[in-house]
Amino acid sequence: MPKLIDLIQAGRKVERHHPWPRAVVDDDVWRSAASALADGGLSLLGLWGEASCVHMAILDDHTSDIGVISLDCPDRQFPSVAAYHPPAVRLERTVHDLFGLQAAGTPDPRPWLDHGRWQMRFPLGERLDPSPDAARYQFLPAEGDSLHQIPVGPVHAGIIEPGHFRFTASGETVVRLEQRLGYTHKGIEGLMAGSTVEQAARLAGRVSGDSTVAYGLAFAQAVEAAQQIAVPPRALLLRALMAELERLANHLGDIGAICNDASFALMQAHCAVLREGVLRAADAAFGHRLMRDLVVPGGVARDIASDGPNAIRAALDQIRRHFPALVELYDNTASLQDRTVTTGIVTPALARQFAAGGYVGRASGRNHDARRRPGYLPYDGLRFEVPVLSDGDVNARVWIRIREVEQSLALTDQILIGLEAGPVRVSLQGATEPSEGMAVVEGFRGDILAWLRLNGDRIERCHLRDPSWFQWPLLEAAIEGNIVADFPLCNKSFNCSYSGQDL
Amino acid sequence: MRKLLLQGLFRQPLTEQAPRPDDAALAELGAMVARTARRRLGRSLSIREVDAGSCNGCELEIHALSNAYYDVERFGIRFVASPRHADVLLVTGPVTKNMREALERTYHATPDPKWVVAVGDCARDGGCFAGSYAVVGGVSAVVPVDLHIPGCPPSPMAILRGLIGLLEAVDADVAAK
Repeated sequence: MPKLIDLIQAGRKVERHHPWPRAVVDDDVWRSAASALADGGLSLLGLWGEASCVHMAILDDHTSDIGVISLDCPDRQFPSVAAYHPPAVRLERTVHDLFGLQAAGTPDPRPWLDHGRWQMRFPLGERLDPSPDAARYQFLPAEGDSLHQIPVGPVHAGIIEPGHFRFTASGETVVRLEQRLGYTHKGIEGLMAGSTVEQAARLAGRVSGDSTVAYGLAFAQAVEAAQQIAVPPRALLLRALMAELERLANHLGDIGAICNDASFALMQAHCAVLREGVLRAADAAFGHRLMRDLVVPGGVARDIASDGPNAIRAALDQIRRHFPALVELYDNTASLQDRTVTTGIVTPALARQFAAGGYVGRASGRNHDARRRPGYLPYDGLRFEVPVLSDGDVNARVWIRIREVEQSLALTDQILIGLEAGPVRVSLQGATEPSEGMAVVEGFRGDILAWLRLNGDRIERCHLRDPSWFQWPLLEAAIEGNIVADFPLCNKSFNCSYSGQDL
Repeated sequence: MRKLLLQGLFRQPLTEQAPRPDDAALAELGAMVARTARRRLGRSLSIREVDAGSCNGCELEIHALSNAYYDVERFGIRFVASPRHADVLLVTGPVTKNMREALERTYHATPDPKWVVAVGDCARDGGCFAGSYAVVGGVSAVVPVDLHIPGCPPSPMAILRGLIGLLEAVDADVAAK
């Protein structure tokens, strides 16, 4: 079985790609990479296109190495990775929709983000007029006696993002769920191409609003990698502080919302109060409740307010005082446990195959956290644990969040203690040779990948891969055999981003 | 659980004072006040939220309106599951081309009288997404907008201020009939 290093060495190494290597390979190496992904041992981190080539980011599970292999597509096609390794299916459909590059041998040639509404095809490749005879989108068939379909969305009953779910059910039991996403596709990668670093940073912070700090961080780290610049220690700590506050706020919100979807509103009411406390502390410390546009390439846009640390400490004290009673309430309420335990199971094998990050992966035995592996500053100097469970049900995903709330509380304390005076931003370099940078950052939902090519102060191409790409398909698997009424509960326990995957 | 419930009985409520309606928002309401409302709504507004391609930041803050600090239901404002039950559509996002039809159909499914409130900077004119091949560029390009609440995202207090302003305008409008 080829290791990642073998694949990279089999190709032509690309200069000025940091911090991990990138190599241009031929069809054969590309195919052997695809087959190695299918065998296990290597995990797919991302697959994205450019006008006439495709890139694939790979993680070596044994060595924790990361690398990118690229394939030129002069005849506008490439060997399908999905033919070997299903997690690539939606990524390849997207590459075709945006760039017009065909995955030869793909098991699923249907469009993904392109709903036939853009008045053009292949907006980021060689643009074509829309095909006049665009066929109706075909959902996958489910055959059997007395099956019925339930179409849901794109406009849902709750205050959530738009997407379409097509259920096929036998009585109350879900036989198949098929997702259709792409409704919030804004063309962010198209807007980024040719924009300044500053404009692109603002767009990166708006890929998925709940992860605005994590996206800002992933983008900034990729720019800093491309330019090979180091960020001052105080800025690193402030970034981590914001990232942990974001994680806290989201996990608290999710724990309440999951219980609410099991009709247990009391948890929601209390968790929402704690979440609000975190957002208000963020507002007091950084001037924005969601801390948007604060992580910028080179450091942070503004220093923490003088009374910021106290505001944050006060919010954390509130959580420390009230959260344990809520955890006990969750654990001791039989009617709630009845809903969450053994509901919506993701098997460890599936989580591993899809390289699912975040609580989805860690609740199903995949011990992966980008703060540890590949790891980035300042986390190597901070003490924290990465909780892992293997049950893979809604309950396990709640417990991972509970444990991560505790870890983020401890991390925030360490950061506040370690905060020393100093500069919070360095300026970027002016016009230099084109260079490429890459980063993998742990958002609350999982690992976010950012890859970009800089040319002077302009972004030539930037790709941002949300953790949801590898979690959404697992939701389809998790709901199978469950009752329709448990779908909101399962969906909330995943809390995948629509906007993040639609881009 | 008993302890938590008892604490809830004896603790001071967290709910904060209502904000005064925003003057700027009220000025924007001018045009709307002139419109005819065919039935009295009282002080109750049912809202259907429609995400027309937002980054989900606005949704987070709209959610926050229901927490104990803002408790939006005390003003008679509630979020409903269907446009058929709604008086107001609260629309976020720059309106992606993939969401355009869904937004139009939601609008037409809402019975008259109805109002549309656009929330967030990108809901006004597409914001930083304007000019993209995939974006229409603002809610008013698709359905008529009565009130716009700016911000990226607007804070819950800003959204609440806008909605209370809308309520007062609706009241005044109906009383004048």
